[in-house]
This record gives sequence, structure tokens and C-alpha cells, in this order.
Amino acid sequence: MLLSKPVSGGVADALLRQTPRLTIGLLLLPVGAGIFGTLAPALGWMPALGGSALTLDAFRSLIAWPGFWEALRLSLVTGIVSTALSLGLTLWLVASWQGTALFRTITRLLSPLLSVPHAAAAFGIAFLIAPSGWIARLFSPWATGWTRPPDLLIVQDPWGLTLILGLVAKETPFLLLMTLAALQQVDGNRSRILAESMGYGRVTAWMKTVLPLIYPQIRLPVYAVLAYGMSVVDMAVILGPTRPSPLAVQTVTWITDPDLSLRFQASAAASVLLFAVIAALIAWWLTEKLAARAGQRWVFAGARGARRVQASRGVALSLAATSSALVFLGMLGLALWSFTGLWRFPDVLPASYRLTTWEREGPVMFGTATDTVLLAGTSVALALVFVIGCLEAETRLKIRVHPASLLILYLPLLVPQIGFLPGLQTLAISFGVDGGFWVVVAAHLVFVLPYMFLSLADPWRALNPQYETVAAALGAGPNRSLFAIRLPLLLRPILTASAVGFAVSVGQYLPTLLIGGGRVETLTTEAVALASGGNRRIIGVYALAQMILPFVAFALALIVPTLLFRRRRGMAIS
Amino acid sequence: MKRLISALALSASLALPALAEPDPKDWDAVVAEARGQTVFWNAWGGDPRINDFIASVGDEIEERYGITLEHVKVSDTATAVTRVVSEKAAGRDEGGAVDLIWINGENFVSMKRNDLLFGPFAEDLPNWQYVDTEGKPAVLIDFTEPTDGLESPWAMAQLVFEYDAEMLPNPPRSAQELLEYAVENPGRVAFPQPPNYLGGTFLKQILYGVLDDPSVLQVPAETVDYDAVTAPLWAYLDELTPNLWRSGRAYPQNEPRLAQLLADGETDLSFALNPARASAAIADGELPESVRTYVFDEGTIGNASFVAIPYNASHKAAALVLANHLLDPATQARAQDPNVLGFQTVLNMEALSADQRAAFDALDLGIATLAPADRGVSLNEPHASWMVRIEEEWAARYGVAE
Repeated sequence: MLLSKPVSGGVADALLRQTPRLTIGLLLLPVGAGIFGTLAPALGWMPALGGSALTLDAFRSLIAWPGFWEALRLSLVTGIVSTALSLGLTLWLVASWQGTALFRTITRLLSPLLSVPHAAAAFGIAFLIAPSGWIARLFSPWATGWTRPPDLLIVQDPWGLTLILGLVAKETPFLLLMTLAALQQVDGNRSRILAESMGYGRVTAWMKTVLPLIYPQIRLPVYAVLAYGMSVVDMAVILGPTRPSPLAVQTVTWITDPDLSLRFQASAAASVLLFAVIAALIAWWLTEKLAARAGQRWVFAGARGARRVQASRGVALSLAATSSALVFLGMLGLALWSFTGLWRFPDVLPASYRLTTWEREGPVMFGTATDTVLLAGTSVALALVFVIGCLEAETRLKIRVHPASLLILYLPLLVPQIGFLPGLQTLAISFGVDGGFWVVVAAHLVFVLPYMFLSLADPWRALNPQYETVAAALGAGPNRSLFAIRLPLLLRPILTASAVGFAVSVGQYLPTLLIGGGRVETLTTEAVALASGGNRRIIGVYALAQMILPFVAFALALIVPTLLFRRRRGMAIS
Repeated sequence: MKRLISALALSASLALPALAEPDPKDWDAVVAEARGQTVFWNAWGGDPRINDFIASVGDEIEERYGITLEHVKVSDTATAVTRVVSEKAAGRDEGGAVDLIWINGENFVSMKRNDLLFGPFAEDLPNWQYVDTEGKPAVLIDFTEPTDGLESPWAMAQLVFEYDAEMLPNPPRSAQELLEYAVENPGRVAFPQPPNYLGGTFLKQILYGVLDDPSVLQVPAETVDYDAVTAPLWAYLDELTPNLWRSGRAYPQNEPRLAQLLADGETDLSFALNPARASAAIADGELPESVRTYVFDEGTIGNASFVAIPYNASHKAAALVLANHLLDPATQARAQDPNVLGFQTVLNMEALSADQRAAFDALDLGIATLAPADRGVSLNEPHASWMVRIEEEWAARYGVAE
């Protein structure tokens, strides 16, 4: 298809042509500089602390630390297992229930689930399942005989099972959201129905016809989940084991140790984590290849699927329900705590209620919330310009995105934050640009932009090009066709991407703290500082506030298109 | 929004050339220079009561000196130290982001040794005349490290144990009794996992309890037979650990989570470095009214909290005024009020006027707080080198799965 070049588009085209390059630079520069700032001290170079020779001492002392192998193993296992479980549950759920009324209900529960901050979800889950937690209280002492909490190791178990549970509860909704976005483009329902008419069971039909179309579109989100699970800090501090902790938590401990010489060891640990994430991603990718080959044989074998497989849809549903119930009940528990005076074991409900916590935190929180919205809104608006600019450049100028530059786009999501942010902070300080609003926006952009690209790119590319052809045939120039055809058609994914970006910005802790020099406060930096005090009442207040902002964003992303398109049946999600 | 604007204005002002360093001996000039400055005080933000107190101090110095106080709430003091290190690494020797740090112990030693502090200034502060340097020697010696005027004290701390008198009428009153109690009641005693500050303090407390001659702790660990001195500590912990909460397979990470265990009824004992913490927690409904505090017969570890100014702070004059204001008798009396903070004063009552003293005398201690006379001996912090080695060895012995 050839489009005639618009006469007036010269300047716009030149600008557009530069957008992808600019975007890549925007992401590559901070990450690259940050990684350098991490690797250099790991190899002994940090002049401020008297390190000026290249040595492997930092790695040697890291390996000599008795907990090293166990910490590394924990990071790998919790990351890989939680990703596999989250992905499995997501696919199983969609395969079993897509196209039903129940499925639409599930999708409506997504936004509140996604809005719960990781740390808050972890605190909530811990309060539910601890031996002195809500579930134990519900059954004590009448059923269990416990008048005092039993000494059981549930939260912070040495195998990391509780941490894996917390990660699955938070990552499944994210993968489900990404799968839904992908589903819109491939018309999965009809493929499945066709296969069902050939005698395939529902789950088998979906797995054989829709999954191969979907997976390539959700591959990068899966990688991001894997990298996140391996390097998560806030959830791991609350739910993860402590003897030793996963490597990322240990790295933070060393970075914040008063003994400054441990900075070298911390950098070495961050580098090891970096390489471990790369290795895990490669291993995952190889497994994909193998699974694809096996899957092909399975599809061609033509088995229609045992009835048992089809009956498993109830199991999928109950697993998903349990994991979301954990998050919801946990949040309910924290919400209750924010109004609580005394609440002792085994009381199911607090003995006294009070408003002190809200009165104390409320006024401060309002100002912080305003700043948070301003930061997130600015980051999302800027990111949207870059993302749409890149995609439009692709469409209009037929610039094919090179796989290498695609990888760069996802770099900030695949590189553990702890692996490059401390280095980036040093860079920002030496240019004297840290601590201001716009620098923090730029730092947020590094994370917001990829997530938004991730959510928007596939729907954008999958949009039927014939709309464009028809528009051109009717005399519309490329700009008109962008603003009158493509953007309105893609309103739903654009708003979803914006909501994702908004939530990502609101959730940023390390970038805000390190690049903002502690001078730019958001709900999250406040919440984490207060959470270090472990006071469930205050955590409840901040968790709710932190959750409301993204929740509103997600709700708008769902409601606005539904209202706008209420008379257009073809725009509804099925 | 106000904060954002000030952050924006600040990044612009960083480009200005630096002024000469303020001289605390010329106090009027310091106060004049401080007017209109914004001081960024990096202090742990995990306790709402402390945050409220800092906010009220901010209101006072705004009114009295025209200084704006921004409380940078850090989750760990070392975050602020890291910040200064990063700035030094990047060559920013002036215009730093941190003006004042709430600090003591290892963080202070580390900053002092790496020349990251401004001063000496403490003994030139006008309110220094009230500081009790004789009765509270910890205000001059921080973990056996002389402060050399590089940090100014603002609160005294002493380890006190907390328990529910209704559940546990006779709490263990020495390290030895604590061990016996744990063996008889497995799973009911916990301490935060070292290198957490309070967890480290617990190990030091036990070390005092098992040593015949604790004076050895006042000299660097390298100068004596470390293995022989600490052998009784490890023997003690080998017996205690399997009887700890969760059999020592998991530990609470910090003071608040240790306190939560007592509140949840998971343990019988908790401890804190703020003797009035339990009273304040009872007042806020976090602990039942039957909770009480006590100290060990052999005494408990005591130390002081300080504020220090980084060498590259942007607003040293305002930081000096704030450090001085924290020593103001009225501020100190308010900090000691258990309804506000319950931090013990660093001032000498004898040095105060009758009016100033009256404010302290009027304070109600709170239901669970020990009177100063009942707090027994305050044990000196060991030399910082002990803790470094003990934490390392603890991590190797108990800190990783066997």
C-alpha cells in the first residue's frame, strides 16, 4: 500500500522521524549510565570512597558472605515460580471463561486489584494469614482452642512460599489486563467457537487456537513480571524470608549500611542480580521455544481434550477468586485497622474504634496527594506524546522498529531498579539536576513510557489498516486520519495505557526518593517511610489513599469508552 | 504544591555561588543568615508522634526565626548518609540536599571518619550551657567515639523492656532469667534481626549480662581477645535461639514489628530505646492498659540521639539555629511530655531557671513509664568495633539458614 506524501507534512514528518530515536535515547541514557554507575563500584572504582583500582574483591567478599547462594537461589525461585504460576493462572482462567457473563464480571474486578500498591497488598495478606491474623482469629478459640496465637512459621517462611503467593496475587491481574488488551485484536472468541464446533472442548479449543495468537503479544509483559519478581524489594521485606533475604533485599540492606565500604559489595550484589535476571530471561525464552514445538505437535495431534480438562474451569475460577480475595480482604483488614484503637488476638473485630489516625494523617496527605497526581499526570501526558509519536512514525513513515531498539524500550522494566538507580542518582547529582520536579518526571518517564508502550503498541499495530486506506481514499490526510480515525478507534487501549502509566508513576518509590533527593514527596515515598514503622493503622490510611488514585484512573479508562461508545456495538468488549 | 514550588525554586538557587561558612561563635550573624532559609531535616519518618513533634518544631522556628523546616522522612538514617556519599562521589561539595541528619552510633562514626560532617559547632550553640555533660556523659561520647562537637545531642534513650502485667506477673529481670524464661516458654521471646539497630542493642545488652568484667567493651575489639570475650555470648545464644519466636527461623525486622508482636499476643516481651514508648502506645490504643515497663537488674544500655550537619549542606545557618532550638528548655520539656514524645531530656535541671524547671516538673510520666530514679544503671554503649564484629558473626551463625 502506497500513501502519497502530504505536501504540508515536511516539518511534522521530520519531527516524527526523530521521535523514535529521541525516545530510545531518553530510555537508554539513564539506564546505561545507571548500570555503569553500578558496575564500576562492583569492580572497585568509586573515588569518593577511596576505590580507584580495578579489582574483583567486591565479588569475592560477596561470595564469601555465608548467605550468598541461598539468597541468589531465593531470588531465582521466587521470581520464576511466581511468574509461571501467574501466567498459568491467567491463561487457564481466560481459556475457561472468556466470552461468559462471569468473565465480564471478572474483568470489572481488575482495576481495583491493579490499584492496590504492592506493599499494601503484602501487609494485608500478612495480616490475614499470620498465626495472629484475621483467619486465625475467625476460628479461635472456638474451633482451634488457641487463646494465644500459635508459634507457626507462615509469613516469612524460608522457602519463600508466602512471597510467591503475594506476587501471584498481584501479578495475575496485570497479566490478565495485558491478555485482555491482546484479545481485543485477535478475535479469540470466534476462533474458539469454531474450534468448539469441531468438537474441541472449551479449554482445549482456546489453548489450541487462541493461545498461539495471544502469547507473542503478552511475551514482554511476562518478561517484565519475571524481572520484577526476581528483584522485588518492598513485598519481599514484608512476606519474604530473612535468613537470608532474597538478593535484592540484601543489596538494599548493604546500600543503607552505615559501613560505607559495604557499598562495593552492594554494587557487586546488584551486578549479580542483573546477570541472574538476564540468565533467567534467556532460560525462559528457550523454554518458550521448546514449549512452542511441543505445542505444535499437540495441536496437530487433534485430540479434542478430555472432559476432565474442561471440568477444570471451576478450579481455575476458585484459584483466581482465592488470590483476589486475599488482596481484597487484606485491604479490608487494613482499612479497618485505620479506624482501630485496640484490637487484640483472638478478637475478630476491634475492641475500640477511633478517628485519630485519619485526623492526624489526613491534612498532610491531601497536599502530598496533589503533588502525586501532578507528577503522575505530567509523566503520563509526556509519555503519551512519545508513545503515540513513535507508533505514528511507524505507521506513517513505515519505520520498522528494529528488534534491538525494542529491547531497549523494555530495558527499564527488565533491569532491576536496584541495579541502576543508585548509579543514576550519582549522575543526576553531578549534573546538579537532582531534586527538582522535572527531573523526577524524567525519572518516572523511564518507567512509565515502556509500560505505556507495552500496553498500546500491540492494539495500535493490530488495528486494521483498511480504515486508513478508506480514509485516504476519501481524501483525508495523514493527520486527519490520525486524529479522526486511529485515535478514536484506539481510545480504549489509549486510556488503559494511560491508567497503567498513572499507576506506575504513583507506585514509584526508589526513583522518586533517589532522584528527588527526598525533596519531592509522593504518597508512595510517604507510605514506605511510614510503613517502615510497621504501624497497621497508618499503613491502612496510606494504602487506601495510594490505592484510590490509580483506581480512579482505571475506572475512568473503563467507564469513559463505555459511555462514549454506548451506541456502537462493535466497540464493546466481548 | 508548596513543596513542589520550593523544590523548583531550590533547584534554581543551587546554581548560585556559595556563601562563606556560617560561624556559630558569631550567633547573631548565624540567625540573620538563617532567616528566609529552608532547612531539610532528614529524620526517620516511621513514627507519627515523632513526625508531629518535628512539624510543631517547624511551626516554632518559622515564627521565631523565619526558617521553613522540611522534614525529609527517611525509612532509614543511612539513606541520608548514602545521599551525602553520592554527592561527594559526584563532586558536589556545596549545595547538598541534606541540611541536618538525626544520627548516632555507627552512622555518626562512619560520617566522621569519612570527613562528611560540618563543624565542630555543638559547643558553640547558645543553649549548650544547659546540656548535662557531667550527669549524661553520652552527650559527648557516642558509642565511645568522641563527638568532637560534630553533632549536637537532643534526646536521651535507654533500653526498657515492655510486658503485659496481666499475662506475665513476674517478667525475667536479667539476661540469665530471660534465657530460663525462654526455655520454659518456647516461642514467646523475640528480638529484631541484627543488623537492625534495636536487635544489635539487644545483643549488646546480653553481652553485658554474660560478661564478668564488661569494662573490656570500652576499648576497640581488636585490642583484646575478641573470641574469648564473646564466647559466653554465643553459648547463651546457642541455647536461646531454638527457643525464640518461630524457633529463630524468622525474625521481626525492626522495633515497630517487634512491638506489633507484643500487641498481637505473639510474644510476651518487647523492648524499646524510648522509655515512654509503651505509655504513648497505650494512650493511642495500640497496647492494652496492663502493659508496664522495667529494666534489668544489671542495668540497661543507654545512649543519646544527635543531629549533625553534612559538610556540603546548603543551609548550614538554618541547620545551626534548628540544632540550637532543639536544646531550648521549652522544646526539651515538650519532647519529654509523654503525650508528645516522651523522649528524655539531655539538659541539666540544675542549670535551668526555676521557671524553666517547672515545665519539666509538671510533666506526668504516663501510666507505664518508669520514673528516672527507677531506671537503674544506664550502661555505656560498647566501642563501635564490637558491634561490627558481633553483627558479622551473628549473621554467619544465625542469620542464614543452616
